[in-house]
Amino acid sequence: MLYYIIRRCFAAVAMLFLISIITFGMFYAGPTDPARLTCGKNCTAQSIAANRHFLGLDKPVTTQYAEFVGGLFHERNYPDDPVFIKNNPDKVTHCPAPCLGYSPLQTQLVSTLVGQWFPVTLSITLGSFVLWIVFGVGLGIVAALRRGRWLDRSLVASSLILYSFPTFFIALLAYNYLSTQWQIFPQPNYTSITEDPAAWLQGLLLPWLTLAGVYAAGYIRLTRAYMLETMGEDFLRTARAKGLPERTVVFKHTLRAALTPIVTVAGLDLGGLFAGAAITETVFNFQGMGRAAVNAVNVFDLPVIVALVLIAALFIVAANLVVDLLYGVIDPRVRLA
Amino acid sequence: MIQDTLTADPLAARSRKPFLQVNDLHVHFPTDDGLVRAVDGIDFTLERGQTIGIVGESGSGKSVTSLAILGLHRRSKAKLSGQILLEGEDLLTVSDERIRRLRGNQMAMVFQDPLSALHPYYTIGAQIVEAYRCHHDVKKDVARKRAIDMLERVGIPNPNLRVDHYPHQFSGGMRQRAMIAMALVNDPKLLIADEPTTALDVTVQAQILELMKDLQKEFGSAIIIITHDLGVVADVADDIIVMYGGKCVEKGSVDEVFYTPQHPYTWGLLASMPRLDKVRTDRLDPIPGNPPSLINLPSGCAFNPRCAHRSEVEGDRCRTEVPELLEVGPGQSARCHIDVARRRDIYAQSAGQKP
Repeated sequence: MLYYIIRRCFAAVAMLFLISIITFGMFYAGPTDPARLTCGKNCTAQSIAANRHFLGLDKPVTTQYAEFVGGLFHERNYPDDPVFIKNNPDKVTHCPAPCLGYSPLQTQLVSTLVGQWFPVTLSITLGSFVLWIVFGVGLGIVAALRRGRWLDRSLVASSLILYSFPTFFIALLAYNYLSTQWQIFPQPNYTSITEDPAAWLQGLLLPWLTLAGVYAAGYIRLTRAYMLETMGEDFLRTARAKGLPERTVVFKHTLRAALTPIVTVAGLDLGGLFAGAAITETVFNFQGMGRAAVNAVNVFDLPVIVALVLIAALFIVAANLVVDLLYGVIDPRVRLA
Repeated sequence: MIQDTLTADPLAARSRKPFLQVNDLHVHFPTDDGLVRAVDGIDFTLERGQTIGIVGESGSGKSVTSLAILGLHRRSKAKLSGQILLEGEDLLTVSDERIRRLRGNQMAMVFQDPLSALHPYYTIGAQIVEAYRCHHDVKKDVARKRAIDMLERVGIPNPNLRVDHYPHQFSGGMRQRAMIAMALVNDPKLLIADEPTTALDVTVQAQILELMKDLQKEFGSAIIIITHDLGVVADVADDIIVMYGGKCVEKGSVDEVFYTPQHPYTWGLLASMPRLDKVRTDRLDPIPGNPPSLINLPSGCAFNPRCAHRSEVEGDRCRTEVPELLEVGPGQSARCHIDVARRRDIYAQSAGQKP
């Protein structure tokens, strides 16, 4: 088992390297020139060239990539010129390891920016996750147990409707009606949990509802399907033949078998969402990682793009590994090594 | 225990209520395609320490009968009528709670495919412990000890180790033994075995049947064994019921039915078996045709489309009139229009004709 984990970790690292190379290469082939964009007013060819040197963009791509990778392990300075550092120590930005780069367009270390964006995304993601699991899986179980009756049918129909609408539509509907017009929910905004937990909770309700609503719709259908499939299994007949109460048959025997694939799907969905829910964040004006990624792509802010892509990839790879390990724990027939 | 049934006075034994008595059991399933008459009037009795075999093709209603005894049919899906008297108590009219208490406790079932019948995520020990603690209020370690004892009793080597293994870690024969252990953990008075050996090799099959006979001697349980294998019935059963189209077409003691069968279907079943003691011919001797659909049973006798001896009955009675189950010998009954003496002749002839 340990060897399996180690092997997977090596594979993950290899994959992250590959992703970073591809991302680097892709955006360096892009049309914009950060040197030109950040050189200030009255840019002459000379000042752009000087800016390019200042930003370290005149070095070959491979060197830049090597410096980026090196920056993950030791600290870097922006700009990197030792003469400049000696002469103007106060104009040097110091980037401790792990260094994710420096964004010339935002004149900040990427790590600082991510540190601001990540808590927002984390808050949205975790809150929605709890809500959609509780309601999605819970209602899915109810629908399966009451199969064919009106409760089941109405749940399936309403989840189909919810599922069919794009996220931004649901978000806008929620924002417009639930917050602005009917004033059921307060204006969504982000307050750090350390500052004011109550405000944090209130401000996040709408994004949670939107995201959870969209995902729960899918999970109701999924859970219902897996439950129904499991309910036809022979081992449940054996459980009843042993004289077990129906409650035990459903919650101990059926659920355990039915939830295994749901754990897999939920883990992967969660891993993907850690990269940020771009649409939800944009509609509700939350400065999370998803929104930042969209902005960065728009203005070709390469360091930010690279960092966000790598973080997203890291989460997905980690989620995959965790989910695979969990599957091996839940289902004893699965042998991982 | 067994001593109860071994009274000195046979008259007294007969006048006492039988351990299990099934009277005119009907199990019908209303479906969109029509009413499925899975069981259409079954009667039999069973005593402690005895074994009865229910034989028939797939779709003859054998398993449905056993599930009806255990009360495992959903009331919304199945319509049951008749009586199932277990020690005088009618299982069809008692409360759900009462029958749940009896299930796994006084009456238990062993299923056909132990790999799918056992929960794949729980160890064998955990499942046996669960069966035990469901009906007895004991601590976990006491129940675990009981599970290990049962595994040892059914012949599983190294029970201390194997009690913590999962079903997929057992071989087929061992799994079936484990399932028998789980069924017997509460010392049930009635054991229903639904095709317990169908999924196993022949040698393992013999071991399992021996095990069941030994356990019956030890526990004195009544056993209902459901199978389509006549060899199994001949080995373990005292009495036999032959089912066809949801009805019992012949019943009696195993000796009587095997040596002097009184129904054309039974003749067909016995003739279809390949036998080592007869000269080998090129072809086997199957019963022509297919089992009937339980929604559209043939009119009259359900077996009539496949019966080679319909001409023995005058007129069209086989096609128009459902035969009654009539006694044809001491303790033996059959459901056929052909005259009893004529049937004996036909069978004697065909038995003599066989090379």
